[in-house]
Amino acid sequence: MRKMNGNSFHNEIFRRRCRYIMVFGLLLVAFAVITVLNINTGSVNLSVSEIADAIFRRNGNEAAMDIIWKIRLPRVIMAALLGGALSLSGFMLQTFFENPIAGPFVLGISSGAKMVVALVMIFFLTKSMTLSSYSLIIAAFIGSLIATGFILLVSKKIRNMAALLVAGVMIGNICSAVTDFVVTFASDSDIVNLHNWSLGSFSGMSWSNVQVAATVIVTTVIITFCMSKPIGAFQLGENYAQSMGVNIKVFRALLILLSSVLSACVTAFAGPISFVGIAVPFITRACLGTAKPLIVIPGSFVTGAVFCMVCDLIARTAFAPVELSISTVTSIFGAPIVIYMMIRKNSRL
Amino acid sequence: MDEKYFEMKDLSVGYKGKALIHDICIDIQKGEIVTLIGPNGAGKSTILKSITRQLEIIGGNVIVDAMDIRNMSYKTLAGKMAVVLTDRIKAEMMTCHDIVATGRYPYTGRLGILTREDEEKVEAALRVVHAADLGHRDFKAISDGQRQRVLLARAICQEPDVIILDEPTSFLDVKYKLELLTILRRMAKENGITVIMSLHEIDLAEKISDKIICVSGETIFDYGTPEEIFREKHIRDLYNINNGHFDPMFGSMELPGPVGEPEVFVISSGGTGIPVYRMLQKQDRPFLAGILYPGDVDYHLAKILAAGVITEKPFHSISEETLQKALAGMEQCDTVIYAGTEIGEMNRRVQVLIDEAEKAGKLEIYETSHGD
Repeated sequence: MRKMNGNSFHNEIFRRRCRYIMVFGLLLVAFAVITVLNINTGSVNLSVSEIADAIFRRNGNEAAMDIIWKIRLPRVIMAALLGGALSLSGFMLQTFFENPIAGPFVLGISSGAKMVVALVMIFFLTKSMTLSSYSLIIAAFIGSLIATGFILLVSKKIRNMAALLVAGVMIGNICSAVTDFVVTFASDSDIVNLHNWSLGSFSGMSWSNVQVAATVIVTTVIITFCMSKPIGAFQLGENYAQSMGVNIKVFRALLILLSSVLSACVTAFAGPISFVGIAVPFITRACLGTAKPLIVIPGSFVTGAVFCMVCDLIARTAFAPVELSISTVTSIFGAPIVIYMMIRKNSRL
Repeated sequence: MDEKYFEMKDLSVGYKGKALIHDICIDIQKGEIVTLIGPNGAGKSTILKSITRQLEIIGGNVIVDAMDIRNMSYKTLAGKMAVVLTDRIKAEMMTCHDIVATGRYPYTGRLGILTREDEEKVEAALRVVHAADLGHRDFKAISDGQRQRVLLARAICQEPDVIILDEPTSFLDVKYKLELLTILRRMAKENGITVIMSLHEIDLAEKISDKIICVSGETIFDYGTPEEIFREKHIRDLYNINNGHFDPMFGSMELPGPVGEPEVFVISSGGTGIPVYRMLQKQDRPFLAGILYPGDVDYHLAKILAAGVITEKPFHSISEETLQKALAGMEQCDTVIYAGTEIGEMNRRVQVLIDEAEKAGKLEIYETSHGD
């Protein structure tokens, strides 16, 4: 009888909570360390005390203040926000398609967003009009929805998940081709900016970008977190979820909309970033030892933030002064993880 | 007590707006076990999916606890009805406890955090299905039989008034089948939970159900108690069987018996003949059976498998006429198998048969290997 107690549900939950606390503790430490590293490394190295002075007391020499406040701080916050958003968007798509290898990049949703943003940007630039951050997000959102709509159409016809992923990759390629085409024919002065962006980068973020991104992303994440319960039910399959009291039609629509908002926001500011959406939720689940959305949603967000900050640091510093595109770095880390996932999945089947 | 709890009123079900089965009118009382039987593809699952709102209802109403399910929120319905489906669950990293705990969904708060009481209910539900020791195991790592029990525990944990199960016994071996059905039976009778399910095994359906719904064709083929439904011809018509028999007494299916001129005469009674009949059936040798009293267990099988059965009126001593009939039958056959029988006052004349067979050199004695 005493032996049974060790395996009781209550103890099981207790052990899990200990693990969650440990993992989140480590994540927060990693988050703090990488934030400091990101701010102090670069062409000008700053000491921790200088950073603390500049951020909390707002004093220091002018150059340091400028570097921290105008360049590095907004950039690191953006990397954290967008990385978290991307991971969460991936997690929602995986739930929706009941497949751990779904994500905004492989399904072509990022590329769809990229295409519409590029078209809108060029259109406005040729008319010499400026675009607000919100209109970029809206353009990206429309692009995401177009690509998602197409994927949904395909998924109705094809039940096979592998075929669906191939369809996603094709959509991604078509959209990228269109984007490249318009970028090639855009006038010279626009190209530099556009070209950088279409490869994916966290550089050149302003505080107004941060403000807009934070508003959109934080709101969406909070709504998503509140949907943990139905997302958890949905993990048993839609029929079981419905029998537990989830209104499936409303739920599915919400899931797609929220995930599109997040990936659109990322694409609008930083361009397409590959593999984060698949790799990060996977790592998060493995570390936390659970798939419970209540835990995995905040977990993925923080892990995604840390992951993207690390990748951005590498992109910035590995071959300084040349900056790598963020996707180059995320792919190097993310792709092997995805390949590992696929091998593991197949070996178990 | 005889109030109806679950009602299908002129219900039409089907896919994409097209009715597959229509005009289903059935009332079910609280605590009844109702089983849907019928051939593959007849629409058992379609009916179950429609009454659980997985499929749009095409016409008519489904009423649970005096309310139309289409006017209920999914949440309200979830408090009344739980399901065990055939869907494969892909759940990653979930223990059996977690799976069962999803049954608490309608009762937990906005974020779905379990209270101590919920945890205890999860464990209680696992105990009901004798799976308490599975709780901490990964749901993906247990056997089909165990999985089915855990899913039933999940449904129980939802504290419903009705549990709907789609083919709950498929993939289970005999032991788990019996165990699962015993649990259902107890739940229905002790806790007043109404059980509606589909079953492939009509023999089990006959034994567990209070009511049977036969699904075949465009309307419900028949609805009633097992005694009304399980008649030989009826079941053959329902499943459109023309190459076998259904034994309503034991609810078992029989392959067709050998046809043609009888070659063997079997003398037996009280069950000793059954292994001999089966043996001859497999060897495809037509046979006669006798002399049996209707009501003898041998008689039931002989009636289905034998080319002819020689009988005597129950509790009467064997008449000269019957004996002559048996002797004439024996004459036709090359072999007489004696499988053993008690010989007493009434069936003295069986001894005559045995003696005659021995005289003709046709007698073989079948030794039952497990006579006791």
